[in-house]
Amino acid sequence: MTAPTTSTAPSQEETLRSALSARKRPQRANALSASLTFGWRALLKIKHVPEQLFDVTAFPIMFTLMFTYLFGGAIAGSTGEYLQFLLPGILVQTVVFITMYTGMGLNTDVTKGVFDRFRSMPVWHPAALVGALLGDAARYAMASAMVVVLGLILGFRPAGGVAGVLLSVALVLVFSFGLSWAWTVLGLILRTPNSVMMASFLFLFPLTFASNIFVDPKTMPDWLETIVGANPITHLVSAVRGLMHGTVAAQQVVWVLLISAALVVVFAPLTMHLYRNKT
Amino acid sequence: MDSRSDIAIETSGLVKTFGKTRAVDGVDLAVRRGMVYGLLGPNGAGKTTTIRVLATLLRPDSGTVQVFGHDVVGEADAVRGRVSLTGQFASVDEDLTGLENLVLIARLLGFSRKESRARSHELLDAFGLAEAAGRQVKNYSGGMRRRLDIAASIVVTPDLIFLDEPTAGLDPRSRNQVWEIVRALVAGGTTVLLTTQYLDEADQLADRIAVIDHGRVIAEGAPGELKASVGSGALHVRLRDPEDRPEAGRVLSGTLGVPVHLESDPAALSARTSDPGRVAHALAELSRSGVPITDFSLGQPSLDEVFLTLTGRTAEADDSTDTEEDAA
Repeated sequence: MTAPTTSTAPSQEETLRSALSARKRPQRANALSASLTFGWRALLKIKHVPEQLFDVTAFPIMFTLMFTYLFGGAIAGSTGEYLQFLLPGILVQTVVFITMYTGMGLNTDVTKGVFDRFRSMPVWHPAALVGALLGDAARYAMASAMVVVLGLILGFRPAGGVAGVLLSVALVLVFSFGLSWAWTVLGLILRTPNSVMMASFLFLFPLTFASNIFVDPKTMPDWLETIVGANPITHLVSAVRGLMHGTVAAQQVVWVLLISAALVVVFAPLTMHLYRNKT
Repeated sequence: MDSRSDIAIETSGLVKTFGKTRAVDGVDLAVRRGMVYGLLGPNGAGKTTTIRVLATLLRPDSGTVQVFGHDVVGEADAVRGRVSLTGQFASVDEDLTGLENLVLIARLLGFSRKESRARSHELLDAFGLAEAAGRQVKNYSGGMRRRLDIAASIVVTPDLIFLDEPTAGLDPRSRNQVWEIVRALVAGGTTVLLTTQYLDEADQLADRIAVIDHGRVIAEGAPGELKASVGSGALHVRLRDPEDRPEAGRVLSGTLGVPVHLESDPAALSARTSDPGRVAHALAELSRSGVPITDFSLGQPSLDEVFLTLTGRTAEADDSTDTEEDAA
């Protein structure tokens, strides 16, 4: 039962006036705290819309099972052998594919009124995007865990141990954070989430398949081997494989870090420029 | 300087184009602090674009735009620190709960975790949303969503709030609630700039109104002044018996000294006048000549009539330019 409006009206008006009379203006949030707050928003969205985790759970399982059992025997002689080679690559492929959703999510988000509010507030503006990417990093971490756990169940035995696996996942997350900025550019340029997805696929397919994820590039024609050798994904996969199997060379990791930094340096300012001037 | 610091918004020659469309085509506004200023016009008139420029979301193509003396382009951050925007489409996150939305804004503005929750609950109580605090906004009614939207705009009570069509699509009760909130805001010293297509809304709330059409201000002033500029008010009379109309017309035009207009209702007629003394005399004459009336009214012209006089068409009829504003 609700109380009759006549009796609640005066107190309602009082609370309204007292709420409006508060003029406290706190010190504005710094860049880090604003970014973390937006990251919290991304996590809340996962909590309220758990369906969106479909891509980070179903994808990894599908890819790992499919490639291990369909092609493993043909490529490496046995599925068990192939899994040792494939799993680090599948980890990279899975997470890199999921980065695409960052652009789609941003595209959906920006077209809604709530981004108008964020943009008209006195906060460090990149925080809205950095926070979203931090939230995405949580999704990437979940997908990574899926792949690794599934791999261990199927018989993947990394010589690099727990540390090697954790470091390789961390490296994948760093690279994905960098790559995500490329998708945010697409997310701001293109008109619909679908066109963002199509455009991302256009880049992601050649990027992941023309790499050393599935096969050793030495088996490829020379010209293709050159292309594959220049592919940043190849560098990432080599480093991840090295970390997991305990055979990593420092320069492999440095390469990946440099590429990730370059992606941020190029695409983050471009994203921010587009974000600021979004009509 | 004193007169300057009195000004909340000042634009001069504001132009914003989208492709070939001149959405805002040379708008000059001067809004004093503490007032409710209404931008009135049909869809596509340029109201939303104007607000988006003022809220630092769009860069003007030309003209100067100052909010509290700060340039919206050069000193955007100073402007953002003092204004709040409630957009035309709910500017809250539909996936989050009402409480989470407010805490999010509060945290972004720099409140601590604890203060954020306290302020959010205070606002939810004040806006009658306490029971819905834990529900996702997508399950809110239109009126609740609008109130939450406004609550999000006053987590820190702003010096100036932009309300873009605050009551569009609301039922009369929710509309009254929003009006109540606007009045409370003004009482607290906040300047309000609102857009509306509802003529009675502008009349009810605004201290001054700019009528906008095709990106230009075609009239500006207090609601009363606008009405006066259109001309005098009118006496409307309704007769019990339509057959009396010729006789009533003769009496009214004789006593009022103006031509009488026969309305489409066969029992109604009207005459332009705003002199209550003459009207009283005319009504007395009518009853003396034995013409019974059921109803009469003397009023200023409605803003509908104002718009009709200014543009040659009614405000509501113009939906053809809908898409332009949407594209903006």
